[in-house]
Amino acid sequence: MRNAAGRVVPDGMPAFAGADAYRSHSRVLLSQEPRKHPPVFYSSLSAVFAAAPVVDGMTLSFHHHLRNGDKVTNAVCAEILRRGLKNLTLAPSSVFPTNAILAELIQAGHVTNLRTNYINGPAALPIEAGKLRGLLLMDTHGGRARAIESGELPIDVAFLAAPAVDRNGNGSGTMGPAACGSLGYAQPDLHYAKYVVLVTDTVVDSLDRIDLDGAFVDAVLVVDSIGDPEGIVSGTTRITRDPVGLKIARDAARFLWEVGAIRPGFSMQTGAGGTSLAVAAQVRSLMREHGIRGSFASGGITGYYVDMLEEGLFDHLYDVQCFDLSAVRSLAKNALHQAISASRYGNPFDHDPIVDQLSFVILGATEIDLNFHVNVTTDSFGRLIGGSGGHADTAHGAKITVITTNLTKARLPIVKQRVTTLTTPGEDVDVLVTERGIAIRPDRIDLIAATRNSRLPIRTIEDLLQTAHALSGVPKELPHGTRIIGHVLYRDGTVIDNLYQPSQD
Amino acid sequence: MKPGIAGTLESNDAIFTVRPASTRHVVIHSVVDAFYHDQIAQVIETTLDELAITGLDVLCEDKGALDYTLRARLIAAIQRMEA
Repeated sequence: MRNAAGRVVPDGMPAFAGADAYRSHSRVLLSQEPRKHPPVFYSSLSAVFAAAPVVDGMTLSFHHHLRNGDKVTNAVCAEILRRGLKNLTLAPSSVFPTNAILAELIQAGHVTNLRTNYINGPAALPIEAGKLRGLLLMDTHGGRARAIESGELPIDVAFLAAPAVDRNGNGSGTMGPAACGSLGYAQPDLHYAKYVVLVTDTVVDSLDRIDLDGAFVDAVLVVDSIGDPEGIVSGTTRITRDPVGLKIARDAARFLWEVGAIRPGFSMQTGAGGTSLAVAAQVRSLMREHGIRGSFASGGITGYYVDMLEEGLFDHLYDVQCFDLSAVRSLAKNALHQAISASRYGNPFDHDPIVDQLSFVILGATEIDLNFHVNVTTDSFGRLIGGSGGHADTAHGAKITVITTNLTKARLPIVKQRVTTLTTPGEDVDVLVTERGIAIRPDRIDLIAATRNSRLPIRTIEDLLQTAHALSGVPKELPHGTRIIGHVLYRDGTVIDNLYQPSQD
Repeated sequence: MKPGIAGTLESNDAIFTVRPASTRHVVIHSVVDAFYHDQIAQVIETTLDELAITGLDVLCEDKGALDYTLRARLIAAIQRMEA
């Protein structure tokens, strides 16, 4: 059948029925089971595998707060290989290039299903080659929290990297050599996995703060190192110096100003990419110039937002993950900088998710089409290059969702007739800002009216597509492969699109 | 005669390497080959036609250059070969 976004969904899979369809369902919550015994401390992963025990067919989960410095997922993968375990499902909140060993586990059938919110690097290659025997299911950050708390994604054993742990098995994200700050994405795993292992390199008598509640911990594994601090810092946390990126950022900020989105008490989120931070810089100077104080900034937090908080430009920072060490230090010392869980951040069924309070969000796109559907999951060849993360969550929640991107990148038009893979539905997207003009979704008559007399370069998205084609030529249509290797899930767990094995050149 | 080379391997650019030859022989390696192979080949052929060049070995290593960039890099490579 076709889902509400026009994509064919295989029989038996729940089809996306619209971004607000979740409102007609009620929240399903497993009970949280505090442990009856204090956690057992181990010094060998093999002993933890024996104690859990980890056996064929189980689902193991991980968080990605150590990003490309993560050693915990890799150590567990090596132990799976050593034991020759089969038919496992892995559910890391994201997969990074450092997790290359996962490719080997997929090739050899140790891992047969993968459920994650983002995948980039060598682990994607065997999946694209059709070697994953089951399916790749890709959630949003909020959707993963929903799937875990509801029992849709039952986790047998969670291996949770914890930068510091006390004798009672509580964990902190802000102490130790691999301090990574907020542990927001680990919260669902901690509270609902059947067996929870904290993996740490730092055991202390008392913690500065408790990010992981020891009442839910079965085992603590002490290792030499859980992560490489160099890899923890996100790659792109500097304002872009590219003149095209700066123009896009300037126009995005001017747009938000014209429509009155930057006003006392407003809230915002941007990514950590260079253009996103340039938008933040533009917004910051407008706030200073006009004496505006906002209520909060949220999301992955960088030092740039820490500076804005300390300058008094925001009341709070709501932090689901720290993108740099300046954010980690701030989280440790500033009470106005608060860690939030994945559920509080973006779970559609949370009583008051942060994303729903956003005045606006600035997001990227690898492709956007005439329906304003956005792809951040694959490239135009259908190769896996990322995933939603919080893209669809914030796009749905924010009052104004702005996509900033170059109109073309290395000749390829970013505006397409139809996106290769659908990550975030057009109904959750409002504005596209490119260096050659701004397109507003036709049903946002409020935004169209508010900018009618501005000097902003407002155009239709069809017009932007024409411009891209005039510059680059019309790209040849590539047929997607016919074999389904996975599905993109909307935040409510319905299938918004399929992932196809890319056709080989 | 030395080959003529022009361009860079930056995104949105291309490197052309050209050598004298008795016939035209064009090799294209492009990051957008699947989408724009025919158009890139067309730009090269048209440019060579305009310059009335009947024989040349052309290697195009393309990182997503637009047509005018391809054209400019090709002409520069040819001029450097002749210099």
